[in-house]
Parts: sequence; C-alpha cells; structure tokens
Amino acid sequence: MADTLFHKVWNAHAVRTLPSGQTQLFVGLHLVHEVTTPQAFDMLRQHGWRVAYPERTFATVDHIVPTSTQRRPFLDVMAEEMTSALERNCRDAGIRLWAPDNENQGIVHVIGPELGLTQPGMTIACGDSHTSTHGALGAIAFGIGTSQVRDVLASQCLALDPLKVRRIDINGRLGRGVYAKDVILTIIRRLGVQGGVGYAYEYGGPTIDAMSIDERMTICNMSIEGGARIGYVNPDETTFAFLRGRRFSPAGDAFDRAVRWWREMASDRDASYDDRVAFDAAAIEPTVTWGINPGQSVAVSEPIAADPHDEALAFMGFAPGARVVGTRIDVAFIGSCTNGRLSDLEEAARVVRGRHVAPHVKALIVPGSQAVRRAAEARGLHEAFIDAGFEWRGAGCSMCLGMNPDRLEGRQVSASSSNRNFKGRQGSPTGRTLLMSPAMVAAAAIAGEVVDVREMLDPVPA
Amino acid sequence: MSHQPSAISHVEGRGLPLPGDDIDTDRIMPARFLRAVSFDGLERHLFEDDRAADARHPFNDPRFAGASILIVNANFGCGSSREHAPQGLARSGIRAVVGESFSDIFQGNAAMLGMPCFAVDRASAAQLQALVEAAPDTVITADVATGAIAAGSLTVDASLPAALRDGFLSGQWNPTAMLLERFDEVRAVAARLPYIRGFN
Repeated sequence: MADTLFHKVWNAHAVRTLPSGQTQLFVGLHLVHEVTTPQAFDMLRQHGWRVAYPERTFATVDHIVPTSTQRRPFLDVMAEEMTSALERNCRDAGIRLWAPDNENQGIVHVIGPELGLTQPGMTIACGDSHTSTHGALGAIAFGIGTSQVRDVLASQCLALDPLKVRRIDINGRLGRGVYAKDVILTIIRRLGVQGGVGYAYEYGGPTIDAMSIDERMTICNMSIEGGARIGYVNPDETTFAFLRGRRFSPAGDAFDRAVRWWREMASDRDASYDDRVAFDAAAIEPTVTWGINPGQSVAVSEPIAADPHDEALAFMGFAPGARVVGTRIDVAFIGSCTNGRLSDLEEAARVVRGRHVAPHVKALIVPGSQAVRRAAEARGLHEAFIDAGFEWRGAGCSMCLGMNPDRLEGRQVSASSSNRNFKGRQGSPTGRTLLMSPAMVAAAAIAGEVVDVREMLDPVPA
Repeated sequence: MSHQPSAISHVEGRGLPLPGDDIDTDRIMPARFLRAVSFDGLERHLFEDDRAADARHPFNDPRFAGASILIVNANFGCGSSREHAPQGLARSGIRAVVGESFSDIFQGNAAMLGMPCFAVDRASAAQLQALVEAAPDTVITADVATGAIAAGSLTVDASLPAALRDGFLSGQWNPTAMLLERFDEVRAVAARLPYIRGFN
C-alpha cells in the first residue's frame, strides 16, 4: 500500500504498542551534547541503569564552547565543568565524543550529516529541538527533553504518539538573491508558528528537488519554528551523492544495497497525506523577521502588517506599517545549525568580496563545525571575510543563543542567520534579532543597515 | 522523579493566569540558566527576564503565590526542547497547565514530569483567566479522566492526548521501566534494521 516515508520509518522502528497506547519506538541514532544530558546520566546512575546501545550514541560539545579560543581549560568555569561532565559520562558509558580539541567537533546538527552518521530511513533523536535538521537526508529526526534522553540512553527507545503528515510542495524557481532561508521563513509566516503542531512536514516539489542537502537542511532545521517537531525531504540522487564516501556511510557493495533500501523508504508517489499545501517559489522574496517569533516576517521592502498594539512592535521598536529595510544594525552573525555550513559561507563571501563591514557593526562568521572551517579556509573564504572586517571564529552555536561568551548587549540589533528571534534569545534580555539569510546578513554588515541583498549581487549576465 | 510514579487522577489548587500566545521556552527559562549540570534551583529563574521587565508579571504577583495550575493561551512552550522549562515550573509548584494549545515537545516533557497539559478552547481559557484574576483564591479542580475543569461555578471541558491521559491515570507516565520491560523485542527490531546489520 502506498505510504509516506514517515509511516514507513515509524513502522520499521516500532517495537510494540505500550499499555498507554503510545508506540515504543527504537531510536537508530542518538546524538548528545553538553547542555541537555548531564541530568539524564545522573538519572541513569540513580536507577542503576546502563547505557543500552553506547555504539548508537555520539556526542559533541557545541552550545557552551567559546568560539574565540577553544583552549582548555575554558576561562568560563561552568563551560569547563559541563564539558568535563560530558567527557566523564561518555568515557564511563563507552560513548564516542568529539571534544572541542577534536577535528570533528562542531554543532551536533552540522556534524551528524557531515560524518555520514545521519542516513535516510533512520530514527534520530537529540536533546535539541533543531534535530529536525537531519530530516533533510530522509531521516525521521526530532528533538527530545532530558528525561527522554535518559530513556534513549537506558533503552534506545522512546514512548511516542505518531504524527500526522503535511506535504508542502514548493514549485518553480527561486529568484536571484532568494535562498532556502527565505523559503522556510515564508512557509512559517503563512502556516504560522503553531501550524505544524501535531504534524511532520514533508517538503517536496521541483524547488526542493533542485536544492542541495545544505539548503534542505536549512529548511528542515526550522520546521520546529513552525510547530512541526519533524521535517523531512525524501531521499533522492542528491542525497545518495552527498552520502557516498562519508566516514560513517556504508562503503562498497553495502552502499549500493543501502541505496536500494533508502529508495524503498521514500514516500510513494500516490501516498496520501493528512494535509497538503503548495507555494510558488517565484513569489518568494528576501525575507526578514520584524518581531519576536519566526512567523513574524516580511519581504525586506514590504511594510510590516501587524496589529498596532502587538507587543512585538514595541519590543522591536518598529512603528506600525514600517519597513525593515533601512534598520540600523549593531551586530551581524553568520553561523548556527540553520546556516553555518560551507555553502552558506560561500554565499556570504560572494557579497562581501571587495567590500568592508560598516564601522559601527560587530560582524562574526562562525563555521558550524571544524570541518566547515577547514573547507572554507581551503577555499580562501576566511581571507575574504577577514579582509572585509569580519571576525573568523571557531566552531560552535555562538550567538544563536545566550549560553557562551558571544552575546548581544543591551538593546543591540542583530542581523542573524540563526533560527530564533525570541525575546532574549541572543543573550541580552532586551536585545533584538532580525532573522534572514546569510547573504542578507552579509549585506547588512556591509551597509550597516538592513538592505535588499539583490542590490549587492552581480547582475545576471544577459 | 520516582522510578515508579503514582497515578494522577486530578490536580487541585489555585490558578495563575499567564496571558499571551506563543510563549516560548527561552522566555520560561532563559538559556543562561541552562549553564548547569543539574536542575536544582531552576524555579528561581522562571520567567526571570519577563519578570524583571514587568513588575506586574503574574509570577511577581503575590495574589498568585502558591498557585499550582497555570492558565495560558495558544502554543505555550514553543521553541527549544529544554526540559528546564517544565522543570522550573514543576519546581515552583505548578502541577498542571491549562491552555489553548501546547508545543508537542513541551507537552511531552511536561508529561514526563507528571504535569498534565489540558487543552481548552479560546473562550474557556479567557474565562478561566478572568475568573482567577478576579478571585485568585478560587480552587480549581482539573479532572484527568473526564477533562472537566471546575473553578467555582464555572466548569469547562478540556482534553488531553489519550495516551498521556491514560498514562497519568494508570501511573505509567514515566515510561523508562516499560521501555526496558520486554527488551528482547527491542533487540529483535534492532537486528532487523538494515543499517544496523551493515546492509548485509
């Protein structure tokens, strides 16, 4: 019977129906980081439980690591304590950890795909809501809380209810200067920040088919910002080409057998969905958020349409009907699990070459992983950024969230390639975040204010 | 935190109205308080930035001190998966949340702590908030089995996802022991998965 990837993966990993009616679901890949796990390991110890499948859990350090220098011990005593706790827990349990001094360290959602750990048809869980990122490779991947991390460590399973599936088609071609980030911001704006509650989002259609894995990851990453705990793209030739030759990918004949299974797991052409929506790619413009949730966005030159009494307007300092274009910025941040990959840095570098960051702007480039950093340096991107006045940092979550030394101060305005514009998200309770694509952040850094990046890109040859 | 949790048939206590849609977990528990290796003391930082910015924030209001039922609006707990948010609520004495809707991850995390999230319609949430605002001493009873929420002369209908509801009623809302119970079946599923078999 025709079915979706979501249901095929769910059924392949269902152990049994629990007395509560929930499904006991096997987790194929468990990723952990330093913030949401120490309590889980403590709970395991309290109960005398062992880690059931240590070889199916992988760990790294990303949220609290400083990105200016990663020399140990960290000056930040708590960052050092949290990192040491993870090192101890992983050593005791036999879990592989890529610590800050390891060449594979990076943001957990960047390194999973990069190392080939993330594969189609898997169930993937991590104590982080942006685990939906891994769906770009055709996995069913979702964020969990610390008590659930405990459950996965103890049993490699979770007790869950299945989700409904909404198919989201993107048709047509994106215009110049319009990126995956603009697509997902537009989706969230239309469907709402809670439109995806109870759903997994399946993204498809010609625009998605034409996208790289990096671009698909940007889209799947922000599914949770639209309320959908899971977002995925069916595996295709782009997926298989991405996975070939990666460290944890199957090799040799096993790769060919894997591709056959991965193809079978993709949604069938005549699968039915609980809901379907479609978007016209050509109508999507460079998009920026103006408010305090990721659904509050507009095309960069479009007036903000909001209730004049909306608390978001007052917090952000926008008058009703104002435009975001022209907003002076203090900080430009390019990085995060949403947009901290090589292709993001390449797009940003295209904008900054031969230009300079405005004198009043603090501008950071934070590669999503040490491998991204090395690849960017091999292409000379770091020189383009440094010459333009950007700081070139080490790998980590950095200014996406206020857990490490990279933070906004006071009411600073940040142009950010990250995923959340919540009040206080970037580390200052009164700081203001404008979410946009990495190319748009680069353009804002140069101009010192929000601009339409299309004005800075070379014209398309006739 | 008990290994074998007890059944939760109802939650009774005074209410705390927290109006507003899309209240995210960064607001409930700002990220800097996740810089810790335990959940101890999180209750002190609940809504810390919102409370500092607004002296009249409901969590600052002495009329609601000691309340155990939080009354919210739509999409409560959206954003980050941090369990620190429901942990902070639970540690401050909140034992149930009543609201229009909840993020999937928040609702699951709250359930793991034995904290039911009751969904009510928009009008009912507004009525309950208004009632508690006017009469903070009103005792509210939220019944897990029937979904009836009684507050003084007001009764509204609420719902819980069936599996979570049954888990609360049977005392099986903390599933680890269940997940470990028939581990041969877990091993059988793992052994069948092509990627675990190395695609052989």
